[in-house]
Amino acid sequence: MKVRNTGNEEKIELQMTPMIDIVFQLLVFFIMTFKIVSQEGDFDIKMPLAAQGPGSISDETLLPLTLELQADATGKIARIQLNERSFGTFPELHDYVVGYIGTDENRRENTELEIRADYQLRYENVIEALSAVRGRRKDDGTIEDLITKIKFAPPQEEP
Amino acid sequence: MRVKKSNSGVLEGDLTPMIDMTFQLIAFFMVLINFEQSEQHEKIQLPDSELAKPAAEKTEYPIILHLTQREEGQPETVILGGEEINIEALGPFLGREKQMYLGQGAKESEITVVIRAHKGARTGKVQNLIAKCQESSLENFKLRAKEDVGNF
Repeated sequence: MKVRNTGNEEKIELQMTPMIDIVFQLLVFFIMTFKIVSQEGDFDIKMPLAAQGPGSISDETLLPLTLELQADATGKIARIQLNERSFGTFPELHDYVVGYIGTDENRRENTELEIRADYQLRYENVIEALSAVRGRRKDDGTIEDLITKIKFAPPQEEP
Repeated sequence: MRVKKSNSGVLEGDLTPMIDMTFQLIAFFMVLINFEQSEQHEKIQLPDSELAKPAAEKTEYPIILHLTQREEGQPETVILGGEEINIEALGPFLGREKQMYLGQGAKESEITVVIRAHKGARTGKVQNLIAKCQESSLENFKLRAKEDVGNF
């Protein structure tokens, strides 16, 4: 019996082209559905239902602050007032609060602030106000607290 | 002079490294892609804040409420778990979420409401939302903002 050993070696060749095509399809799919999102952070506020009565523990030597935010008809900020002082912009308010707190740890820990905003004011202005009074970003990137006891005034009626 | 003409002008490159890199890229994007919708919603554009830094600790019992902005005469609506609800009708839904956490052993004081409100929503509506949550005895709130990366 003659056993043929020569020649007919079948080489199994893998077809690369379709595989590359499918791989590129997958890649394009994932690139298209990839979403770049910014980091999100939170402002904590505690809003207990029970109103703060005269028996609540608050430092009476510290002036309670009221931040009034008035809006124009379109919801943009029209007026920023902290107690009796008016400010043109939120950075001005921020600088004032930084100066007000200074290095007084008692003020830093115990000052209470109430935000009173117009109903139609755009929410981003409230967040900007919170950023201006809540803390300060230092040069090294860390955040120094300014006023931490922040609450909202009761909501107004819808106009 | 014998000029040897090569058979084909086709460049044959080795494709193996290219395919390897492509697989690497696919694996990269597969890991990064997040199909989870509960924490984010494309309708909501959060306001920017310099102080918005992701919290060091994860909120243990969060109830995430998205608040849209007004559109075409329709007031702001709340999106909770994929459902779009009016603020006034939110009570039972909040109760349901609360019961779920209480059933897991949480205390009422440990439940936090995370409010992801659109930057163009009216402040009054956010306050109404907070008041509605207070009616369900929820007291802890987190107002969510996007990190402000500043101007380039």
